[in-house]
Amino acid sequence: MIDGVIPPWAVLLAAAALLPFTRGAVRSLLLVAAPLFALGLVWDVPDGPVIAFDWLGNHVVLLAGDRLSRLFGTVFTIMAFAGGLYSINQKSTAELSAAFAYAGAAVGVVFAGDLITVFVFWEIMAIASSLVIFSAGRHAYKSAMRYAIIHFFGGVLLMAGIVGEITTTGSTAFVSMSPDTLPRVLIFLGFLVNVGAPPLSAWLPDAYPESSWSGMVFLSAFTTKTAVFVLLKGFPGTEILIPIGLYMVFYGIIYAILENDVRRILAYSIVNQVGFMVTGIGIGSEMALNGAAAHAFAHIIYKALLLMSAGSVYYMTGKRKCTEVGGLFRTMPVTTICGIVGALAISAFPATSGFVSKSMISQSAADAHLAIVWFLLAAASAGVFLHAGIKFPWFVFFQKDSGLRPDDPPWNMRLAMWFLSALCIGFGLYPAPLYAILPFPTDYLPYTPAHVVYQLQLLLFSGLAFLILLNQLRRTETISLDIDWFWRRFGRAMRIEFHGWSAVAWYGIAERTVRGAGRVMSALYRHHGPQGVLARTWPTGAMALWTAVLLAAYLLIYFL
Amino acid sequence: MKDEKDHWLVRPETIRKLWILLIVICAATVLGDLFVEHHAHFGIEATIGFGAWFGFGSCLILVFAAKALGIFLKRKDSYYD
Repeated sequence: MIDGVIPPWAVLLAAAALLPFTRGAVRSLLLVAAPLFALGLVWDVPDGPVIAFDWLGNHVVLLAGDRLSRLFGTVFTIMAFAGGLYSINQKSTAELSAAFAYAGAAVGVVFAGDLITVFVFWEIMAIASSLVIFSAGRHAYKSAMRYAIIHFFGGVLLMAGIVGEITTTGSTAFVSMSPDTLPRVLIFLGFLVNVGAPPLSAWLPDAYPESSWSGMVFLSAFTTKTAVFVLLKGFPGTEILIPIGLYMVFYGIIYAILENDVRRILAYSIVNQVGFMVTGIGIGSEMALNGAAAHAFAHIIYKALLLMSAGSVYYMTGKRKCTEVGGLFRTMPVTTICGIVGALAISAFPATSGFVSKSMISQSAADAHLAIVWFLLAAASAGVFLHAGIKFPWFVFFQKDSGLRPDDPPWNMRLAMWFLSALCIGFGLYPAPLYAILPFPTDYLPYTPAHVVYQLQLLLFSGLAFLILLNQLRRTETISLDIDWFWRRFGRAMRIEFHGWSAVAWYGIAERTVRGAGRVMSALYRHHGPQGVLARTWPTGAMALWTAVLLAAYLLIYFL
Repeated sequence: MKDEKDHWLVRPETIRKLWILLIVICAATVLGDLFVEHHAHFGIEATIGFGAWFGFGSCLILVFAAKALGIFLKRKDSYYD
């Protein structure tokens, strides 16, 4: 490659292509080595365009680096490494291959220097992530199809926007912009579909929990966080993102409180956490953008950890509902401890990575004197502990004894969980390395006494509220309707409702068409068929007679 | 396999001790507010015990808001099957 720089995504895509041809130790090695190699390459990408060429009259920058892309590239490759280690026992190589293509495409988006490259990787991501869900088996087909349709719809918006942008500005450059022209609005909307913004947020909790125990670990990391990346790069400080983000924050909490499926609770909480990031991008100050980027980094790690913990339970027991599990701490100590670490990190407990990242977003709201935003974020922080931080470990590992006595999962899955737990606590205790690679320089100090005391109060009293309200929170075997009802039920209801009428209309039209066509055919047959007037063979005498008649008529006319 | 005696963590006496511990820690964090220096942005958030009542209250509201919405939104989990 140019200047000896190998694109980090190329390694992951190559691994995806090779995986189907490997087995045993080679396959395992590829799963952990390829992401580590890619991680090294991320830090070889210099600032500015690296691989660029002209294609069909458009300037394409296949690889370009900056601080933000290296930050996301780092966490994406760390995630692919941990995910690869965790998934060694996954029998479906199709799923792993799709997952690595998916990770590679996500890395491709963050190192894309122009809109065309963004779009190409965006679509690879949509296809590969759909395949991850598809490979979970028959029960996931419908969800995977809905997921694919929503993402292709987002892709259509994005493509229309990009074509318009190139036509109006003449440039393919992916620069910081605001949704002020129609093409830019379309690009913005395309990004919002993937970030899980309303009204289509339901695609995420619908599809992700249907994937396999390992598939969801990958799914949780890339699609929404790539969308956070492109919003950070393309639309920082767009104010409409503040209400959108706050909606997502509370949508996630409310639905997660009502939910029974363990991994669907965590899916709702992805929307919730991404809502914090989107709010930060909307605030748009350097502190807020740093906070959004840092929170994306921390979130990918602790969310993957939570899903590994939940995935281990699913892998060992085949159970996925709160009402089916409980009391698993007795025989799954590693899964329990790592799950609790992830739960504390998502709740932004002091000494975890969530604390040092999320508080930057709250701080930026305070600095911008956005009182309502600050108080809503504070309420939401309490709600996060309620819906994920304590609900997840409580219902899975404690509460009533389900009688299940599964062992901890195999060593590689335990190791992946220990690794991510160490990162959650490591970045929490010593955030300097994370702060050093944020897009803007920062001297933010998360550990002031007032802040720690405030956060402990907020979280501990939320925990108290949870325990007091335990009866109200008891899980039921229910799901909660969402906007996806419109495309899962309303469409079908319409079809059933109008089926009678449309059938009558259809048969009417069809019958008239057939009858009309039949009349035309029989008329043609009558005149041109074997017995038809125009198809008869004419005797020569008749021709002579007619010739004589014509000649006589000619003479007559001539003499007149 | 039947457990001889249930895990120590779920025995009633342990649970009672854990409750006491939780309440002591909660009280300690509120008292902690007396000893730290606050930098108020909006005024109210620097008052003593703000995080405590605000967190507790937020959770109450969220849970009951979710319950209220649940009346309209909850369906049997076989609804879409």
